Amino acid sequence: MSKTLLDIKNLHAEIEEEGKAILKGLNLTVKAGEVHAIMGPNGAGKSTLASVVSGKDGYEVTDGTVEMDGADILELDPDERAKEGLFLAFQYPVEIPGVSNINFLRTALNEIKEYRQEEPISAKDFMAMVREKSALVDLDAKLASRSVNEGFSGGEKKRNEIFQMAMLEPKVAILDETDSGLDIDALRIVAAGVNKLKNENNAVILITHYQRLLDYIVPDFVHVLADGQIVKTGDKSLALELEEKGYDWLN
Amino acid sequence: MAGYTEDELKEELKSQEYEFGFTTDIESEKIPVGLNEEVIRIISAKKEEPEWLLEYRLNAFKVWQEMTEPEWAHVQYEKPKFQEISYFAAPKKQYESWDDVDPEMKATMDKLGISMDEQKKLTGVAVDFVMDSVSVATSFKDKLAELDIIFCSFSEAVKDHPELVKKYLGTVVPTSDNFYAALNSAVFSDGSFCYIPKGVKCPMELSTYFRINESGTGQFERTLLVADAGSYVSYLEGCTAPQRDENQLHAAVVELVALDDAEIKYSTVQNWFPGDKEGKGGVYNFVTKRGICHTNSKISWTQVETGSAVTWKYPSCILKGDNSIGEFYSVAVTNNYQQADTGTKMIHLGKNTKSTVISKGISAGKSQNSYRGLIQIHPKADNARNFTQCDSLLMTDECGAHTFPYIECQNNSAKLEHEATTSKIGEDQIFYCQQRGLSEEKAISLIVNGYCKEVLNKLPMEFAVEAQKLLAISLENSVG
Amino acid sequence: MSDKLNNFIKNLDVSAAKFQQMAAERLGNLDFPTTKDEYWKYTRLGKLTKLELSKSADPDRLNLTKHIISNDYLVVVNGFIREDLSQYSKLDFEIDFLGSDRMSEEAYFDKGLNKKDVFSSMNSAFFEKVISIKIGASKINEGPLQIIYVSKGDHIISNTRLYIESGKSSQSEIIQTFIEKESTNSFTNHVTEVYVSENAHLRINKAQLEDDTNSLITTEQIHQEKNSVFKINTVTLSGALVRNNINIAVAGQNCETHMNGAIVTKNNETIDNHTFVDHRVSNCVSHENYKYVLGGKSTGVFNGRVVVQKDAQVINAYQKNDNILLSDFAKINSKPELEIYADDVKCSHGSTTGQLDEDAIFYLQTRGIAEDNAKKLLVRAFVGEVIESFENEHFEKYINTQLELIHGWKN
Repeated sequence: MSKTLLDIKNLHAEIEEEGKAILKGLNLTVKAGEVHAIMGPNGAGKSTLASVVSGKDGYEVTDGTVEMDGADILELDPDERAKEGLFLAFQYPVEIPGVSNINFLRTALNEIKEYRQEEPISAKDFMAMVREKSALVDLDAKLASRSVNEGFSGGEKKRNEIFQMAMLEPKVAILDETDSGLDIDALRIVAAGVNKLKNENNAVILITHYQRLLDYIVPDFVHVLADGQIVKTGDKSLALELEEKGYDWLN
Repeated sequence: MAGYTEDELKEELKSQEYEFGFTTDIESEKIPVGLNEEVIRIISAKKEEPEWLLEYRLNAFKVWQEMTEPEWAHVQYEKPKFQEISYFAAPKKQYESWDDVDPEMKATMDKLGISMDEQKKLTGVAVDFVMDSVSVATSFKDKLAELDIIFCSFSEAVKDHPELVKKYLGTVVPTSDNFYAALNSAVFSDGSFCYIPKGVKCPMELSTYFRINESGTGQFERTLLVADAGSYVSYLEGCTAPQRDENQLHAAVVELVALDDAEIKYSTVQNWFPGDKEGKGGVYNFVTKRGICHTNSKISWTQVETGSAVTWKYPSCILKGDNSIGEFYSVAVTNNYQQADTGTKMIHLGKNTKSTVISKGISAGKSQNSYRGLIQIHPKADNARNFTQCDSLLMTDECGAHTFPYIECQNNSAKLEHEATTSKIGEDQIFYCQQRGLSEEKAISLIVNGYCKEVLNKLPMEFAVEAQKLLAISLENSVG
Repeated sequence: MSDKLNNFIKNLDVSAAKFQQMAAERLGNLDFPTTKDEYWKYTRLGKLTKLELSKSADPDRLNLTKHIISNDYLVVVNGFIREDLSQYSKLDFEIDFLGSDRMSEEAYFDKGLNKKDVFSSMNSAFFEKVISIKIGASKINEGPLQIIYVSKGDHIISNTRLYIESGKSSQSEIIQTFIEKESTNSFTNHVTEVYVSENAHLRINKAQLEDDTNSLITTEQIHQEKNSVFKINTVTLSGALVRNNINIAVAGQNCETHMNGAIVTKNNETIDNHTFVDHRVSNCVSHENYKYVLGGKSTGVFNGRVVVQKDAQVINAYQKNDNILLSDFAKINSKPELEIYADDVKCSHGSTTGQLDEDAIFYLQTRGIAEDNAKKLLVRAFVGEVIESFENEHFEKYINTQLELIHGWKN
């Protein structure tokens, strides 16, 4: 049996300032080699789940546990979680003016390597890796030397996220609405990139509102998140059913 | 620009206290404290100065005595006690050759990372090292001499090139310009002099490191840089000061003259001791820096300032000649209790003159960081252009960031644009970096470097790397 | 008291009222500011302070028809309230004309004013009656009330005072027009104090159309309580020396503050606008937009100051000042200032100075519009942003008419 990479148990979380509960006892187990899709109506808590798991400020976990590879990660800083192998592809990738993509990634990669007590990557190997991985998502090499996400089109930003994922080789990747704002060609490219990156040792969680993405990245499980809980779990056919009937059908 | 050098940065990050806070124990010759005509005569006599220079000093002293010390709206500090300062400190020993230099002083320079041994190996950099007030050694003189470039200490220039010094001294910053310029004109001890002859492109970066070393001595540097018609020079100025409890006054004057078609690039990295975390100690940096641009010439000021307890400084350009260009690129970081009031003045007198001002302020700790800039378009300055962008980044809720632009336009063909923003460092940016595995400190360092990139890019390579490190050191544990 | 100041007010008598006596006493320690004062750096008061001025209550009936733009209006001539020329009976505001004794009982009267400021102190010493306007709680869409300040005659000084309390959740507008009737070499020294209560919305539209030998200095002291919205629009189309000091203390959270200005000159005017928004508390927005179109030998001064006090977090402040110099001899001094002592802020300012866009003029010419008209069109478009912020079509129409009368611009 393959090993459990991410184990979320009875997760309760609220928005710190408002004290408003968003996640209300969420359970999710993700094993190596699996692709999970989390679907649900707006406001169900999909993005909050991504934020809480990755350690963003402003949320308070009031109950439950999140384990990666068997170790609790809730007490870790966001960068430590990343170093443990968690990757979040942002719904709205952040622009960092003046910091080149390359510089950014090399810094990140070497920090992660240092954490894992590996040798830092040489400039030559790094550049070779950049070339290889950017081809994966058809990302113009020029974008790699531009400032992080600055002046990128919506599609370029999303491809850049997958490119970064390819570079950092995470154990668990959460793709938060990566399909939003993508035209069909860009969607195909992004999906093809993700498909190439997934293997028996990692796992992918797709957070999406539409089943469109699931035509290209076929999930092993589809979960429906509503009002802070997973209310239904099925296979790919569940997504199609949701597409057809809408989320109201669940109530 | 050099890449982000993590290992070096990491090394630097280990020491949080001011890293150059050591004192070199060298026998110094000090004039008793206090200031009067007699002291000025002693300074002048010790330096064996010609009569005209003594007159210049005495006149400046008279002017200074009649001036009142300025009050600055956004800077608060204990006023220096001018009668308790020693106005001249020179290392007692003079050296004939590099081999004769005191080993301890060599070690000091090693710690500063600018030892002559190293510097000699570095191609393209000539160093005029200033220890307290007297230049102790220079290199690459021969190479420069082939091109008739003069690069020497100010005292040497007075002896060897009196006609040039006399012709240009005080022409850009008149004695009566301000309180501290007048004081400097009266008591300046030494500094650098540079002359680039007509049509000569200086083949290397000229570099000077200043260092306040003697406890209780004020530092009154005088720099005069003349680029004759059609010449080019890039000049680097670096400053470090050892850690002291008492505040130290630094009142330098820098004059740049760009004659027709000449170009001067003047870069400064300043990390004088800013005082400790409680705001104790630190250097007062009250500097007058100004350049005059003749026809078709260009002066570009670039500065990265992370040091000093109090900074008051406006590197300026007088765009006198038609088609002349003035530029100011600045990063000013303040942390703990530092106060900085810095910016530029661009005085447009000639036709088709252009100026660009890019200022990046970063405030952390309990510091106060002000940009104060003047853009002045005179009635005859047809078709003048200015673009100013000044951004302030706030790291904590206890610091202040202020922007005081003065835009004065008396010619209707001018096109002037000024933009300023003040905002907090982006939490979403920090989180994004952290999600990719960067620690918070590193994330901030990376974001800040990116924020300052437009300015850092203007620095020569060697300085850019040093500046990046300084930024990281200055902003350690700075996020509130 | 300096000789200059003493000479300036020598023809004025102080009333017996304690408040005014004290203000006069205060004047004894004050003097006119000079260009050495940071906030008077660009404005010399010489052409004003050398005038010999006196008070004059003018009894004449005046035809103000073309200046009346509201059903409800108050007329003040040379500082004296003229009920005979006013009409406001249908307006559901509490309007009184009060001496300083009565006004001193008001909780907010005179509280915010800088006691070291010579002009507002002079106003306190010498005003005739205060126009006190109280807008009742939840009063909505009353008015607008227009106040017409008229200068009449030569070498006249008027100290006019306005006090406004806009009650909780009220929404209202006040129009102020400063005009002249056969007046030269006169001076109006005006003070407005405003208290904007919780949830109240108040808009002040101001038109300043003084004679080119007359001067006008206004001091507006505004206090905003929580959830309030305050807007002030200032249009200055003439005057020898016009100085507006707008000081806004934002004392409650979730406030909005708007200041707009349009300045158009053609002669020797000095038009100086100093604004100061003091963000004392969190979660507020302020927005400022001043446009100058300067012709002749006129001088424009803009000094916009925003202070965000310590712990006043989540402040969004924006200042904009754009200037067009139409003539070779016009001057502009622009000084947008940000002083920020909190960190969670978004503050910015922009200032541009230039000429009309040559390409745009040419473009219009190729469409058959004569150069002169093309310029006027572009200038009109330039100040259009400010004119749109009036939110009062009568006021807008009035300004357009005045632009045409004074500056020959067609709408």
